[in-house]
Amino acid sequence: METAQNFLFPNEMHIYWTVMIVLYPYITGMVAGAFIVSSFYHVFGMEKLKPIAKYALVSSLAFLLFATVPLLNHLGRPERAFNIMLTPNFNSAMSGFGFVYAFYMLIVVLEIWFSYRKEFIEKYKQSKGFVKFIYKVLILGNTNDNLNTRRYDNKMVVVLGAIGIPVACILHGYVGFLFGSLKANLWWSTPLMFIIFIFSAIVSGLAVLTFLYLFVHWKRKLKINQEAIDLMSKWLWGFMIIAVTLELMEVLSIAYEQTEKWEILHQLIYGKLKVSYLYLQIGLFSIVPFLILTITSLVKFDNRIRNFLIWLSSGMLLIQVLLMRWNVVIGGQLVSKSMRGFTEYFPGLLDKEGLLVSFLLIFIPFLLLRAFDKFFPFFEKQ
Amino acid sequence: MDNIERRQFIKCGLYSTAGILVGSFFAFSKSSDPIEVLKYEDLLKFDWGYIVDTTRCIGCGACVRACSVENNVPDTFFRTWVERFEINKDEQVRVDSPNGAMEGFKNDNFDTDIVKAFFVPKICNHCQNSACTQVCPVGASYHSPDGVVLIDKEHCIGCGYCVQACPYSCRYIDHKVGVADKCTLCYHRIHKGELPACVNACPRNARIFGNLKDPESNIRKILHKRRYGILKPELGTNPKCFYIGLDMEVK
Repeated sequence: METAQNFLFPNEMHIYWTVMIVLYPYITGMVAGAFIVSSFYHVFGMEKLKPIAKYALVSSLAFLLFATVPLLNHLGRPERAFNIMLTPNFNSAMSGFGFVYAFYMLIVVLEIWFSYRKEFIEKYKQSKGFVKFIYKVLILGNTNDNLNTRRYDNKMVVVLGAIGIPVACILHGYVGFLFGSLKANLWWSTPLMFIIFIFSAIVSGLAVLTFLYLFVHWKRKLKINQEAIDLMSKWLWGFMIIAVTLELMEVLSIAYEQTEKWEILHQLIYGKLKVSYLYLQIGLFSIVPFLILTITSLVKFDNRIRNFLIWLSSGMLLIQVLLMRWNVVIGGQLVSKSMRGFTEYFPGLLDKEGLLVSFLLIFIPFLLLRAFDKFFPFFEKQ
Repeated sequence: MDNIERRQFIKCGLYSTAGILVGSFFAFSKSSDPIEVLKYEDLLKFDWGYIVDTTRCIGCGACVRACSVENNVPDTFFRTWVERFEINKDEQVRVDSPNGAMEGFKNDNFDTDIVKAFFVPKICNHCQNSACTQVCPVGASYHSPDGVVLIDKEHCIGCGYCVQACPYSCRYIDHKVGVADKCTLCYHRIHKGELPACVNACPRNARIFGNLKDPESNIRKILHKRRYGILKPELGTNPKCFYIGLDMEVK
């Protein structure tokens, strides 16, 4: 029978997961992605990516430190947040969050420590006064630095990187699982969800690293390591193809199955999500970077133009991933569980969970990364 | 001598500490009548269930008002509500539930030619295999021994995952206290042998409440006599709210 009107269950007038829950997977995506990129060199031994490896690792930490902030801002009772680790209900997909997050943090911090130990010792020896004391604490008072210790440090970095890859995949894949396993939500409930999340995480990680690398090197007038950037952009191209294909295949399979839920979901795609999903996420921000990266990956031409194009497409892919998070998290909640209508959502500008706070939350990790650059310099000195 | 004095001193100290402890226990313990709490074993004799007879509901909204007053439900949120379904000659379906039917229903959705219309009261299904308790990360949502899905509001962190997981949209976040909230089957009332407020308020006995474990209960007798359905059976949540006269349009 035909449904000719918009009906919502009375409790659906409000959206419960706001733009904060859009930001959380966005930021963790960059965390997981950046870590995996750093492991390309540390674990898989891609020498060309050596100039990126440390920078990727430190970026991962900068984002990781802020990943929980949107969640805490969203919780109704943030002061009880630790209940999730004190009384976890292991039947819940969410209960593992605290443990995975803490474990991952431990791995990232340890890996950074081992890979910077040599530099810390040097700085400790050069510095004076309070700064010297800080470095003494950082190196735990151990100034041993010789071939043996370096070999050991390297070994630890490889081991930690190897453990870190599955943990990074779990950290982010599980966010996808958290959405994909909710049978009540028609737009989320698909086993593909966590795979899509992992691949889009790698895309956002590669994109943010490429984007920042080029930006900082232009700004500081440093020499760009062309080999590394070319390789990164090719990886970005490859992973974005997989990610976007998976995103499209998911919708395609729902459309092709023609089950009951397609009726309402196709109204969602062609209605409420027309601009943010069809025009922006798929149209502008997936197809255009794909075309640009295809050219930069396959055709040889002037490096300056090539780098600009790579920078542009990595920036666009960063927006693509943000749009994807928005369309998943918000899009899924717009559909009424009565399958008879849609609700509305737009975050307020100055609300507690509004747009201003969102912009700050995205921006602060970059400031932190800038500060980290002072302590753990991650770009080669010219 | 020294030893004996020391022993006496310790003895004295221990006695006075014990005295203070016992005294403070009585001083600080509440003197009001202790609440009568049923033992776990006694609670296991119950499994509370619910029947909605859609053929009897007249959409007056008395249940919604009663629930709102009894449980102090915040505005624009509902522990129970009534939906109205109208189908016209062209087989078009219109559903509405203005303000959860707090004030009943005023005008028809269609101007003319309504061929079928009915009301469907909704309430938490207290599912046996509930999605909301499964996803609660801190275990604040749980099944009581007598089969009611409840929330420990002192423990809930307000993440909203249960709200997302409930296929029937029966949960909400009470923004005043920042925690999840939902129908408790008026646990404070049924505990004392009274009926839930909505059941009590219904002038047409469209809502029936009882113990599914008792073969002599009214609810069991009705379930044995009548044909009934449950909402969204394909999701495997096994609701304990049974609908008599359930139409395929109801989701």
